[in-house]
Amino acid sequence: MTIALATNDPLARRRRRKPRAPALVLAAASLIAMVAVLAIFAPWFVPHDPGLQDLGKGITGISGEHLAGTDTLGRDIFSRVIFGAATALVGPIIVASAAFAFATMLGLLAGYLGGWVDMLIMRWVDFMFALPGTLIIIIIVGIVGGGYWTAVGVLTFFFIAPDTRIVRSAVLEQRPLPYVDAARTLGLSKTRILFVHILPNVLPVILAYVAIDFAFALVNLAGLSFLGLGVEPGAPDWGRMLSENRTLLFSNPAGLLLPAGMIVVTAVSMNLIGDWLFERLTR
Amino acid sequence: MGEGGILRFVLRRLAVAIPLLILISFVVFALVKLAPGDPVRILLGSKPATEDTLNAIRERYNLNDPVLVQYGKWIWSVLQGDLGRSIQGNRRISSIIATRMDVTLFLAAMSAAIVLIGGIGLGMLAAFRRNSWVDRAVVMLGVVGISSPAFVIGIFLLYLFGVVLQWFPVYGEGDGFLDRFWHLVLPAFALSFSVMAIIIKITRASMIDEMDKDYVVFARARGIAPSRIVSHYILRNALVPIITAAGLVLVGLVAGSIYVEVTFSLSGFGSLTFEAVEGRNLPLIQATALIFSVIVVVANLLIDIIYVLIDPRIRFGAVAK
Repeated sequence: MTIALATNDPLARRRRRKPRAPALVLAAASLIAMVAVLAIFAPWFVPHDPGLQDLGKGITGISGEHLAGTDTLGRDIFSRVIFGAATALVGPIIVASAAFAFATMLGLLAGYLGGWVDMLIMRWVDFMFALPGTLIIIIIVGIVGGGYWTAVGVLTFFFIAPDTRIVRSAVLEQRPLPYVDAARTLGLSKTRILFVHILPNVLPVILAYVAIDFAFALVNLAGLSFLGLGVEPGAPDWGRMLSENRTLLFSNPAGLLLPAGMIVVTAVSMNLIGDWLFERLTR
Repeated sequence: MGEGGILRFVLRRLAVAIPLLILISFVVFALVKLAPGDPVRILLGSKPATEDTLNAIRERYNLNDPVLVQYGKWIWSVLQGDLGRSIQGNRRISSIIATRMDVTLFLAAMSAAIVLIGGIGLGMLAAFRRNSWVDRAVVMLGVVGISSPAFVIGIFLLYLFGVVLQWFPVYGEGDGFLDRFWHLVLPAFALSFSVMAIIIKITRASMIDEMDKDYVVFARARGIAPSRIVSHYILRNALVPIITAAGLVLVGLVAGSIYVEVTFSLSGFGSLTFEAVEGRNLPLIQATALIFSVIVVVANLLIDIIYVLIDPRIRFGAVAK
C-alpha cells in the first residue's frame, strides 16, 4: 500500500528518475567514442600514408590536400594524428585497468583483513608515495629502454599504490555495514564475502577512478613519448609529434597545435567522465 | 601538550624521515643497475677500452664489491659532498649541478608564486560565487589544468605569446634578473598550470566547507564586516588543507621542471636530469635523482611540522594519541 502511494507521489517520482548526464559529459563521451573509432579504423580515414615521406615537399602549411600541413619529412600531419589515436588509447587502457586489477586485490585484502597484511601493504603504499614518481619513471624507462611497452609496464606499477589506497578506503567504508556482519554470521567464507559481497559495492568507485587513471596515464605516456622515451622514433604518436615538430612552431604551427589539442581534449573528456561517474555512482 | 610535545613530534617525524631517505637513496643508487649491458662499458664513455682502463673504472666505481658495499661507499662520499664525476667531460657533478640550479630555482619560485596567488585566488572566487558561471568556469579551468601536461600547455603558450603576439621570447633563459624574468614568464605559467588546478580544487572545497560552519553565521550575526570574516575567520581555517597540499605542489613543480625545461630549451637542473638519462650518464643520474628525492622528503617533513604548528587542534589533540 505504501509503495503504491509512493509511486503516485510526483515528488517521489521525480527523485526516482535517473539523472541524465549533463551535455558536457555527453560531449566528452562522444569525443572518446570518436577517438576510439579513429584508433580502430585509422587506415580507412587517413587521406595519406602516415609514414610516407616527401623530402622534396618538406614543411608545408594547411592546404586542401594536407589538412594540417606536412612536417620536416613531408609527412601528412593530419594522417599521423589519426594514426596516433591508437597509442593514445591502448596504453592508458592497459595501465588503468591493470593497475586497478592489482590495486583491487591489494585494497580488498588490506581493507578487509587488516592486521599485519594491511600494515605491510600500506607501508609499501606510503613508500611509493614518498618516491618522486615522475622522475623515477623517466629514469627507469630511459635506462632500461624498450620504449612504449616498458613505459606502460612501469606506469602500471606506479599507479598501483595510489589506486590501492582508494580501494582500501572504499572497503573500510563497507566493512562496518550490517550486510557484512550478516554474511559473517551466516558463516560465509572470507573469499566469498570479499568477492561476492564487498567487491560489487566498491566497484562503482573503482570504475570512476579507472576513467580518471586513464586520463593520467594518457598524459604521462604522452610525456614520455615527448621526451623520446615512449614510442619508437618515426611512430605516429601525439606526444612524440610535439618534440619532432618543435621546429614547425613558426612554419606550420598546426603540426604542433593539433596533436597538443588532441592530448588535452581526450584527457579532459576522460576526466569529465570520471568525475561524473564518481558523483553519479557513489552518492 | 606544550613545547615538549612539538619537539617529540618533530623527533618522531625525523625517526621516520631518516630511514626513508636511506631507503630512497638506495633505490636511486640501485636504479641504474637496471641498465642492460655491462656497466663498465657505459661508464667508460668515449675512452678506449683497454684492460687497464676497464680495471681503473671497476676500481673507481667499486664495481668489484657487492652492491651494498658499493652503496655504502657511494653514500659516504656523497655525505662528504662528493657526488662523483660526469662520464662526459669528466667534470665534477657538484659543479655541473651548481651551474644549472639557478635557472630551476628562479623558475620554481616564479611558478610557486603563480600557483599560490592564482590557485588560492581563483579557488576563493569560485567558492564565493558558488554555482554561478564564474564558479563553473573556474571548475572547468581546474579540469583542463589537471588534464594538461606542462609541455602541452607550453606549446600553446609558445604559439600564442611567442609566435602570434610575439610578447615573449620562445627559448633560452636570458641574462641578468629582468631579462631572465622576461624569458621565464611562459615556462613559469606552463609549469604552474596543472599544479594550480589542484590548489584551485582544494581551496574551493575547503572554503565552501568553512563558509557553511556555525562560527561564520555567528560572526555575521554579530555584525562583523564580511571582508574581516573572510580574512580573519574563514581563510585562516581554510588554509589548513591547502598547506597539506603544499607537498603536492612542490613535487609537481620539481617533476614538471624536467618537461618544461626541455620544452623551452632552458639549461636548468630538470633538463640536466633528462640529458643524464638520455646519455646514460649513470653517476649523473644517481646524483640528480638523489637531490630530487632529498628535496621531496625534506619538503614533506617541513610541511608536516608547519601543519602541526599552525593548527592548534592537531597540536593539542591528535598528536598526543
